[in-house]
Amino acid sequence: MSAVQTTSPVRQDDTRRRSPAAEVLSSLMRSGTFLTGLAIVLFWVACALFGEHFAPYDPLADDIINALSPPSAEHWFGTDQIGRDVFSRVIVGSRDILTVAPLATLLATIAGTALGLLTGYFRGIVDDVVSRILEAFMAIPVVIVALLAIVALGTSKTTVIIVIGLSFAPIIARTVRSAVLAERELDYVAAAQLRHESAFHTMFVEILPNVIPPILVETTVRLGYAIFAVATLSFMGFGIQPPSPDWGLSISSNYGMIGGGFWWTVLFDALAIASLVIGVNLAADGVHGAFND
Amino acid sequence: MTEPAQAHSTKTKNAKTQSKAKNALELKDLSVAYRVAGRNRAVLRNLSLTIGQGEAYGLVGESGCGKSTVALTVVRYLPRNGSITDGAISLDGKDIMKLDAEALRRTRAESVSMVYQDPGKALNPSIRIGRQMTEIFELGGITGQAATDQAIAMLNRVRISDPASVMQRYPHQLSGGMQQRVAIAMALANDPSMLILDEPTTGLDATVEAEVLDLIAQLRQELSASILFISHNLAVVSNMCDRVGVLYAGMLVEEGPTEVVFNDPRHPYTVALLRCLPRGGQRKDQGRLDTIPGFLPGIGATISGCAFADRCALSTERCRTELPPLYDLSDERGKRLSRCHYHDKAQALPRATPSDVAPAPKPAAQPVLRVAGVNKTYASHGHPLRAVKDVSLDLRPGETLGLVGESGSGKTTFARLLLGLVPPDDGGTIELEGKALAPKLENRGDDQVKAMQIVFQNPDSALNRSHSIRHILGRALKRLAGLSGKALETRLDDLVRSVRLTDRHLAVKPRQLSGGLKQRVAIARAFAGDPRIVVCDEPTSALDVSVQAAILNLLADLQSKEDVSYIFISHDLGVVRYLSDKIAVLYLGRIMELGPSEQVFSGPHHPYTEALLSAVPKLDQTETARIRLDGEIPSAVNPPSGCVFHTRCPRKIGPICEQQEPPLAEAQPGHSIRCHIPYSELARLQKGVVIEAA
Repeated sequence: MSAVQTTSPVRQDDTRRRSPAAEVLSSLMRSGTFLTGLAIVLFWVACALFGEHFAPYDPLADDIINALSPPSAEHWFGTDQIGRDVFSRVIVGSRDILTVAPLATLLATIAGTALGLLTGYFRGIVDDVVSRILEAFMAIPVVIVALLAIVALGTSKTTVIIVIGLSFAPIIARTVRSAVLAERELDYVAAAQLRHESAFHTMFVEILPNVIPPILVETTVRLGYAIFAVATLSFMGFGIQPPSPDWGLSISSNYGMIGGGFWWTVLFDALAIASLVIGVNLAADGVHGAFND
Repeated sequence: MTEPAQAHSTKTKNAKTQSKAKNALELKDLSVAYRVAGRNRAVLRNLSLTIGQGEAYGLVGESGCGKSTVALTVVRYLPRNGSITDGAISLDGKDIMKLDAEALRRTRAESVSMVYQDPGKALNPSIRIGRQMTEIFELGGITGQAATDQAIAMLNRVRISDPASVMQRYPHQLSGGMQQRVAIAMALANDPSMLILDEPTTGLDATVEAEVLDLIAQLRQELSASILFISHNLAVVSNMCDRVGVLYAGMLVEEGPTEVVFNDPRHPYTVALLRCLPRGGQRKDQGRLDTIPGFLPGIGATISGCAFADRCALSTERCRTELPPLYDLSDERGKRLSRCHYHDKAQALPRATPSDVAPAPKPAAQPVLRVAGVNKTYASHGHPLRAVKDVSLDLRPGETLGLVGESGSGKTTFARLLLGLVPPDDGGTIELEGKALAPKLENRGDDQVKAMQIVFQNPDSALNRSHSIRHILGRALKRLAGLSGKALETRLDDLVRSVRLTDRHLAVKPRQLSGGLKQRVAIARAFAGDPRIVVCDEPTSALDVSVQAAILNLLADLQSKEDVSYIFISHDLGVVRYLSDKIAVLYLGRIMELGPSEQVFSGPHHPYTEALLSAVPKLDQTETARIRLDGEIPSAVNPPSGCVFHTRCPRKIGPICEQQEPPLAEAQPGHSIRCHIPYSELARLQKGVVIEAA
């Protein structure tokens, strides 16, 4: 008696329906905020990758005779105390920070996502214990953690990545946890339990794809903070080490000169840090907007 | 003992309607479009309708046909991407389109009011009811004590018995029904000439819905307001409205006096809609429901001929090319219109789904599920909350158990207990095919888990939106049927076909499917491991009637083919009756009545069952005595003493009801009732009360 039914296949307007990813992408491409941020970031990424090719001087080459000369046609941004060209140093100085900050953010995202899934999925005692530990961790300033890590691991880029990555992980974990708590109430999770799926499968195959949007937003926001943190650590001497032309490091070695009127040794590095942070934050704003439209 | 109250006639055919005064609302050739992705897409197409002074006009149709857009357009509340592309709206003789901002604001404040579906969203959650009420009077220039007095009078008017205390409360402290009363009181505060009700009772329990509908009907007699009543529920409209318009793809396809349209429809769409409803106690073994094939044209679709032609078995070449005019079919029963070239043949519309059913296999004597003495207690602020109390029942293979009761009665908790999603209290037993089931899901065997599956209410929540249909069903087959590789592919094809989907659906994500198709996927997933029992938790409540009919047919077909048992939860008693062999009526987690479906529905039944049945709005309107339950279901933290139903029972016999909990006693073989009134006495009391099922 199988009944004849015309179930016309997919909804008629389905050809016009785009995937969520495509929708977010098209929304991003229409967002002025995002595009401006992206342009700034891409500019610095280009500098990091190909800086040597268009920097007028070798950023490490000293020229004691011309030390501390003010901005001129020859040295656009002037020279520092041992005569290195500030313009070339600013251009190439993006390299270390643009390696360390994204890697630290990636580490924070991976660790934070795993912890967020765990606490949000299991709730109860697991959540209580892990969340309290994470909160305690968040209460310690990054600088103290960095000091301890340097004592234990020595100064290196890897140390900086680990310190910033682990400091930011609890913040990402908190975002992921709240998204997971909401997802967990949905019936597809009960359906997975009714298939006797493992907790691992439910967390990483069922829930994770649905919490990607908040993770992406949080990651872009964190990247901005990570850049700032790397610059701060370098300034304090815990981060990137000489002779790198890193911005934070340059400011640190030159800021004593401001009093003497040699402002150009510090200003351009500071502006570079500010522009990169603003660029990342604008992009993060755009990403946030695209996901929450 | 109280006799059931004779309800007021719900319709007012007073002289006002006939008066030749200007019309309350007139839409003339109204066209509305929404701008989506840079293109104007038509939502309403040349819609003309007139609502007379004091008249109640019902607008019905499936979701997506433009009902709510009409409501928004009347007060020019269209969303920013919506625009009126053509036509005129006149409200009380005033041309709404020509009003400036200030005049429009005044019109909205003084002559029109709207009540929406969800009262929880219409009220401000952080302001006390009293302040929200007096605010409206202040807009009209009444302040201070006078405004408070007016607010109290208004709340009295919507039959709120203790207005002073309600005024002190916040919206979340009121039940859904009370919130909707307050929303109605607010809508009536400015004494509007036009009241727009957009699905005002959708989402409320049947008993609360009945209360709210009664209230609206009574208010109609006291007030002069004209009503535009928008609903997908044909029965509600048939009880509330003088005239009805059927909307399809933004066009009026049929209009006329309510009784005439519903009893003698002249458009194939109306005919088909009415056939989708299980009516007059129809049951699965008596025939399948009719369905409407295909889908509503998408928003903005180009329609050259009749919009319904693609789904209509009567359509000819003429229907596809020539837009039918609104034929005037007025006769002595009133003015009526139908937009069909073949309106005289509309009722001869052939069925889209044959009615015939294969004889169901006789249920075996051995129960597949046996539940004994199951309890579930939650802790609520340190107090025990007994969500399920001492439930015992059994279910045979191929049988459907219908679970009914108001929200908060423990239906869903009970279903989740069976599935192991929440563990029951110690003590009770659940046996599947003679073997005891562990209380917790993780302690049950794989075979036991796959034997009991569920179809959830909301497919959007039940299907993982990140996964393709192939992944969703493939994973279920892998885990539940233990298949892989070629065998899995073959079985997947069978499974997809058995729920009447096609291969083409496999590649897409759930969001690309309509609600009905998503629910088919959910059903396919539940059937992946050849289950013995499938729990269906309100599987059709989010669907339109035509889609509901197709899903109910599918469930009935699968049952007779696979010999699976269902536990079917629904608030729609017509639907429950269609599918169920056995009914359990739950109240505060207790079974009040348990028995064969026919006996429970035809009675004599428990007074609570009687009240539930009486609350259901019926399409075939016959004036019957009705029973109304006052107030809300009591809190399960502090249930009433004695019989838990005594606080609301219309047939309470005396102190015994308050002191002793009646046992669930077998009144007839297989039919048990938890009531102090003897069965024969219930039979006598309920004899005069004819209650037909939905």
